[in-house]
Amino acid sequence: MIINFLFAAIKAGTPLLFGTSGEIMSEKSGNINLGVEGMMFMGAFMGFYAAYHTGSLALALLAAFAIGVFAALIYAVLTVSFMANQNVTGLTLTIFGTGVAKFFGEMMISKSGGSPKLSERFLASISEKPIPVLGDIPLLGKLLFSHNPLVYLSVIIAIICTIYMLKTRHGLNMRAVGENPGAADAAGVNVTLVKYVHILLGGGICALGGAYLSLINGGGIWNNSSVVNGQGWISVALVIFASWNPAKAIFGSLVFGAFSVLQFYVPKNIIVIPNAFYVMLPFIITTLVLIISSMRKSREGSQPAGCGVNYFREER
Amino acid sequence: MKYKIQVVKKAEVSLSKNLLLSLLAIVSALLAGGIFILAIGHNPLNIYGSIVQGAWRSPIAIKGTIKIAIPLLIASLGITPAFQMKFWNIGAEGQIIMGGIFATYFALFFDHLPHGLLLLLMFIAGMLGGGLWGLIPAYFKTKFGTNETLFTLMLNYIALYLIKYFTEGPWRDPASSGFPKIASFAKNARLDQVLGLHAGWVIGLLLVVLVFIYLNFTKRGYEIKVVGESTNTARYAGMNVKKIVMRTMFLSGAICGIAGMTQVSGAAFTLGEGVAGGVGFTAIIVAWLAKLNPVIILIVTVLFSMLEKGCSVMQSSFGLSTAVSSILQGIILFFILAFDFFTRYRFVLRKSTN
Repeated sequence: MIINFLFAAIKAGTPLLFGTSGEIMSEKSGNINLGVEGMMFMGAFMGFYAAYHTGSLALALLAAFAIGVFAALIYAVLTVSFMANQNVTGLTLTIFGTGVAKFFGEMMISKSGGSPKLSERFLASISEKPIPVLGDIPLLGKLLFSHNPLVYLSVIIAIICTIYMLKTRHGLNMRAVGENPGAADAAGVNVTLVKYVHILLGGGICALGGAYLSLINGGGIWNNSSVVNGQGWISVALVIFASWNPAKAIFGSLVFGAFSVLQFYVPKNIIVIPNAFYVMLPFIITTLVLIISSMRKSREGSQPAGCGVNYFREER
Repeated sequence: MKYKIQVVKKAEVSLSKNLLLSLLAIVSALLAGGIFILAIGHNPLNIYGSIVQGAWRSPIAIKGTIKIAIPLLIASLGITPAFQMKFWNIGAEGQIIMGGIFATYFALFFDHLPHGLLLLLMFIAGMLGGGLWGLIPAYFKTKFGTNETLFTLMLNYIALYLIKYFTEGPWRDPASSGFPKIASFAKNARLDQVLGLHAGWVIGLLLVVLVFIYLNFTKRGYEIKVVGESTNTARYAGMNVKKIVMRTMFLSGAICGIAGMTQVSGAAFTLGEGVAGGVGFTAIIVAWLAKLNPVIILIVTVLFSMLEKGCSVMQSSFGLSTAVSSILQGIILFFILAFDFFTRYRFVLRKSTN
């Protein structure tokens, strides 16, 4: 029972982990992108569309990643080069991305004459199966090593992002740009380039989360109205919960995933809590984390100082 | 000799030049939207024409357009004072919802009161609900410096799920079997109609005037602008910055709360999870596009509502998804965002030294 619960929590947390890792990349370079929901939606559509037509998982992921990069490019051009307001641009990207995905989603539905369904072969390629040897470990094998391939991909990406951010020279440059672009510029870092690269990378990773939602959660059928359904916004919340660290986001996504499936596992006859509070819980906890980290004035666990402010060289 | 392009900040731009740039932005956006429409195999002129027609062709269509505009207008006005203070309140969505919840409480449990009194109570409750929801992040911002963008964002979702709680729990309509919902309001708790449309539009227009006066012709409005420019200047001038921030955020939330109240009592006659339906987010874009000017907000709101209402006929006339509205909105906004750059900066060509 507990194993089943944790297993479901990991599954539910995976799309959030993609979204959060991507958003951290963007925010760490000083750009808060509120378009995660939109980028995920576009990724969800593109991933599904590619899987539907090619039947290849690699191509589906590549297509999703590419559309995420494209969406983030719009955001990057506007905020970095044209110095537009980051909040407004991000919100617009959410409206645009949701619109694009729903529009072409509906087109795909009408062309397929009903509900487009992924092939059995494709579904087999993303099914949950135990990894040889490791999957045979009692309990742990089922919990950690019997997932669909995208779960591992999300964890690997989060770990790579963490190592990149904290242990490499490029990662250091990125953090410098996010904290104080003026100082980074003076030290010879190409601020514009660094911002572009990480916003685009972040967008691509976010879109993979969308692909997860349409390929795995959708059960192989495209659902136009509820495919992403706020997961992008929860990812933005999880960035705070994880205090801008992708490694912590692995744990955080498990916690958030657990909350979202908790209501199906709590014995209803013993503990009576309204369902609404289960879904509300991640947001309440995130708010508390936000307050506590600001009370402690911790620079480590808070938003990069340059986040939300566009960099104009002559004003540094 | 090498040349390089450099970006230079502009001095004040004249109003006429500003208007010209906005016009240019909209024309380019329509062109880009037209290319998109061509690409999906339709005639852009037909589509644009039927959007305008769809919004204004009949009294019913016009009413529909205005109905969309009412909450958007009120919420955009609500965001304006906070944004002038450079307090990035992106919690309008939640503040609308809390206004709706507070107003609904009176609508459900005090429907024996006289009509006028009940509506007044609902109005005040709506303001209080939205206002308190705006005050919470303001308190923590002034006390601990808690990031208000993220805080208000979180509060949106907490408010949304509060509706879910009330709908499934204490306020569930016992008469409805199946899907849980809150009962429709009694006649007594419904907003009156003025010229065939719920009175929200009158409230909205009044607010345009009130917010304009408050921001431009009162001491408090002036204080908001000073705090927005520089908190240090404000402090040096002897202003109580904390008090101003909290007061302004209460006001900002309270106005958004009014939008929630008019939605539940004028449009839906009940409280549902769609009470705000993204209006709080669109309002941020509207307020920002209008450069925080209440009169321009009115114009931008009407244009946005026209686009949304007009696109609702896409399905029946062209067999296109109504999502085309979001795509066009997005394209237009992207262009306006890009063109806004030229009101603040310009390019110059300079000789490169080496």
